[in-house]
Amino acid sequence: MVYLTRKAEFSASHYYHNADFTPEENRRVFGKCNNPNGHGHNYTLEVTVKGEVDPRSGFVVDLKQLKEVMHREVLDAMDHRFLNKEVPEFLHQIPTTENIAIAIWQRLVAKLERAKLHRVRVYETPDLFVDFYGEA
Amino acid sequence: MKAHLSRRYLFSASHRLHSEAMSDEENQSTYGKCNNPYGHGHNYIVEITVSGPVDEKTGMVCNLTDLDGFIEREVLARYGHENLNTMQEFTKEVPTTENLCIQIYEIVQRGFHYAHLETVRLEETMMNSFEYAGNSEAPR
Repeated sequence: MVYLTRKAEFSASHYYHNADFTPEENRRVFGKCNNPNGHGHNYTLEVTVKGEVDPRSGFVVDLKQLKEVMHREVLDAMDHRFLNKEVPEFLHQIPTTENIAIAIWQRLVAKLERAKLHRVRVYETPDLFVDFYGEA
Repeated sequence: MKAHLSRRYLFSASHRLHSEAMSDEENQSTYGKCNNPYGHGHNYIVEITVSGPVDEKTGMVCNLTDLDGFIEREVLARYGHENLNTMQEFTKEVPTTENLCIQIYEIVQRGFHYAHLETVRLEETMMNSFEYAGNSEAPR
């Protein structure tokens, strides 16, 4: 088994707010991240796939195809967007780094042809990141 | 859904690698420059990985304020700008980055209960790092 990781970057804005919480509760739980007009990050995405090396091509996965799927399914939808308002998953779900990683996994998992998705890692900043392995 | 959350923190500390169980020559040959008598320092980066179900109400594995507050109080305030050799936990153990990594793991494991501790990864320099996951294998 060989693991292959492809990186990408996207920039987006978001804010954290739960409509079921009172304004005070939102402020207490989410702090500055609750500021209603949002704030932004440069996100780094790392997608790791795994598989056996194809004896003919020497590839685990066609990197071109992986790159295209990442662009189409993730970057086109999230890059330079206000996640809460423009990305369907986050109309009713808070776009925390945890939920972004899960949403990206769900967008990619069905679209990969040969290799199996192993991990989605999303860096919100260089000092904060989330890994999702598809676990229930 | 279960996710892993990792957070990196910086602290600076000094240490000297010297084992009472070894002769001076053996200490010198084992630890080299790290055995120099007055010690030396590093900018350590500690990377804490916790896991748990993503809370439906908050979208979080745990609130970062809780994690940051705990690490600030129990790890950074404890080790930042200290000479590790003078600390109680290193009176008998050599303050290698391996041992420091295990100590930090145990502090977090004992005291932080908002999420499950997966691993503690400690970078001594940009070139070397150590990772401890208790009795588990570090996730890949």
